[in-house]
Amino acid sequence: MQRIGVFVCHCGTNIAATVDVKAVAEALGHEAGVVISQDYQYMCSESGQNLVKDAIKEHNLSGVVICSCSPRMHENTFRKAAAAAGLNPYMVEIANIREQCSWIHKDIATATEKAVILGRAAIAKVHLNAPLTAGESPVVKRALVIGGGIAGIQTALDIAEAGFDVDIVEKSPTIGGKMAQIDKTFPTLDCAACILTPKMVEASQNEKIHIHSYSEVSDVKGFVGNFSVTIKKKARFVDELKCTGCGLCTEKCPMKKVPNDFNLGLDNKTAIYIPFAQAVPKVATIDPEYCIMKKTGKCGLCSKVCSAGAIDYNQEDKFVEEKYGAIVVATGFNPIKLDKYDEFAYNQCADVVTSLELERLMNAAGPNGGTLLRPSDKTHPHKIVFVQCVGSRCDDSKGKPYCSKICCMYTAKHAMLIREKYPDTEVYVFYIDVRTPGKNFDEFYRRAVEQYNVHYIKGMVGKVTPKADGKIDVQASDLLSNEQLHIDADMVVLAAAIEPDKTARPLATMLTTQMDTNDFFTEAHPKLRPVESATAGIFLSGACQGPKDIPETVAQASAAAAKAIGLLCKNSITCNPCVAHADELMCNGCSSCEKVCPYGAITYQDKEFRMPNRTIAVRRVASVNPAVCQGCGACTVACPSGAMDLNGFSNKQIMAEVDAICK
Amino acid sequence: MNNNLQEQIIRSGDLNVLKCMRCGKCSATCPSYDEMEYHPHQFVYMVEKGNIQPLLNSESLYKCLTCFACVERCPRGVEPAKVVEAVRLAAVRKQDGNHLTADKIPAMLDEDLPQQAIVTALRKYAK
Repeated sequence: MQRIGVFVCHCGTNIAATVDVKAVAEALGHEAGVVISQDYQYMCSESGQNLVKDAIKEHNLSGVVICSCSPRMHENTFRKAAAAAGLNPYMVEIANIREQCSWIHKDIATATEKAVILGRAAIAKVHLNAPLTAGESPVVKRALVIGGGIAGIQTALDIAEAGFDVDIVEKSPTIGGKMAQIDKTFPTLDCAACILTPKMVEASQNEKIHIHSYSEVSDVKGFVGNFSVTIKKKARFVDELKCTGCGLCTEKCPMKKVPNDFNLGLDNKTAIYIPFAQAVPKVATIDPEYCIMKKTGKCGLCSKVCSAGAIDYNQEDKFVEEKYGAIVVATGFNPIKLDKYDEFAYNQCADVVTSLELERLMNAAGPNGGTLLRPSDKTHPHKIVFVQCVGSRCDDSKGKPYCSKICCMYTAKHAMLIREKYPDTEVYVFYIDVRTPGKNFDEFYRRAVEQYNVHYIKGMVGKVTPKADGKIDVQASDLLSNEQLHIDADMVVLAAAIEPDKTARPLATMLTTQMDTNDFFTEAHPKLRPVESATAGIFLSGACQGPKDIPETVAQASAAAAKAIGLLCKNSITCNPCVAHADELMCNGCSSCEKVCPYGAITYQDKEFRMPNRTIAVRRVASVNPAVCQGCGACTVACPSGAMDLNGFSNKQIMAEVDAICK
Repeated sequence: MNNNLQEQIIRSGDLNVLKCMRCGKCSATCPSYDEMEYHPHQFVYMVEKGNIQPLLNSESLYKCLTCFACVERCPRGVEPAKVVEAVRLAAVRKQDGNHLTADKIPAMLDEDLPQQAIVTALRKYAK
């Protein structure tokens, strides 16, 4: 028989106003095994904890029941107090008489009755509790950053700065991400390349950072501190180590009609290409869909001109496996496809472009060398209409329900840059709301209006019609003057909503992290744990967690790095002892538990068992890796023979609680 | 402000005018815009505010082509054409102000013609 102490907390008036705490203490004092039952105003306070500690020593308690708030709140507090008094911390049980009782009931008599019942259930459980010891698991001192945009680069640089090895896995041939495609950055209008490319070079030269470009994560196993990740290095048909990035192959390649994805298809590239001059790593890549050699087996020009002998047409995808202690997700965003928005004629008219396309059209390294020309006839546009919220804030199947956050600012930037460089160009911006919270942001937008005379019109564009003379008729509403306008525009720029990268969802499945309905990764707590996922050891950096501009992305990237560093600094982490284990004599090897385990903690092994008449039988039984098991309990429910049990939450204990409640 | 009328219109049209974020795309897309005294976005706003009498008295009710361009393009699913239709229905259902006497109507009825068409017609070409 256990010697149990019961401690009932008033929680000020939180509990005591609805539950007669003295009556609860009195009633529970009569339960079998209870040797002391007390109430106190604030059990979590120092003097409250001392009450528990003293009682453990004085009455030689072997189990403790605290009737208080949710175990999420103070279970740890009381476990520590018990441990300090020499009691195994897993001999403490919490009866939640606040969230599950006093806060949701009004009638004192019934609430008190329920509190007593909850207390009885906890006592019944403690009777069956056994001391548990938490194990330790080592931490691999290496981090993985998935995604090599500005978020991933910043996170990697910060982790490397702290002295830990870090790998970046980037799916395209170069790191840099969206920021590499951007011309200028708000609100200071400094050139994106001038601030990004030094960071890219820094990342490539840092001996702690290893970049896997043109690679993808194909499998993730393991758990916090000890992830095992398979990285697929896609065949680029060029030996990374030999290629010097001289670019001679790209000059000689006869296949020059490959849509240039870096310039969003606004111009063409060759079948062997380096995405842009400042690419990191500066290594050529062959697109096998267009390469004449890969398709017909005849050509081989690039191989002939390559003095380094780097071209390897027979290269195959390679898989490498690495161990990591922490993983940071930085998969970023993309603008949505505008196929469904026929009213804006995006697919019909070359001069209707997205804002990201405009970035390339205005970029000195873009298809027009930095001169803004209409894609259709390469003439200067004199009237440009910007449309905001295309696909953002939508409550329909076409768009996204959220505000994409960055469009108001980049549209103001575009408008200003155009007015600055081409003062003869008239710029109209149709807005629903101008949202510019942020340091120096609203001032920036006001400058566009007041200093650069950009015409901001409260309203929306309803119809865009390309006309025979090359002009574009923009039909829009001006809500403040209550008019319908027709603007004869030369170009239309659509601020397309942004969405998480398509690789995010399969990655979330591999990492067993949560996503919201829009495929943004969910943070562990929206306010207090914004850069951690709910899965231990997985951190979130940049726009994969929600729409973000560059300053915010960099801030979050460094925050995620700090959290990862905090983990990598530890030599080992304490494991949860409340893990599952299989009773091998009852297990029939059916694999039900293995199938439901979200962490891959269960394997099967063939074991010899002594059978009647001195025979030996080999049976297939389940075996749980306690370091991987997170104690979710799914296997215990799935097991048809009742062989699976969870330490600290055994089937017997749960049934004892239910019995106590139903008594 | 006419609460009962507002409620009746919202219910009869199964409207959700509160979803409107005031972007004005309905009025931007409307082919009848210049013909209308009150524009689609104003219909939505005025029904939301309960300011319905001016709409009932306006020819705008009959200028809506019911082409549903606004319904198709509204990013919030407000369905402005349905708002106009609901107000139109309220006008049709209104007592008095008819331009035919009740005894003249039976002669106009035929099997193929919905009754409501006649009622709507005499409203539409009134005054």
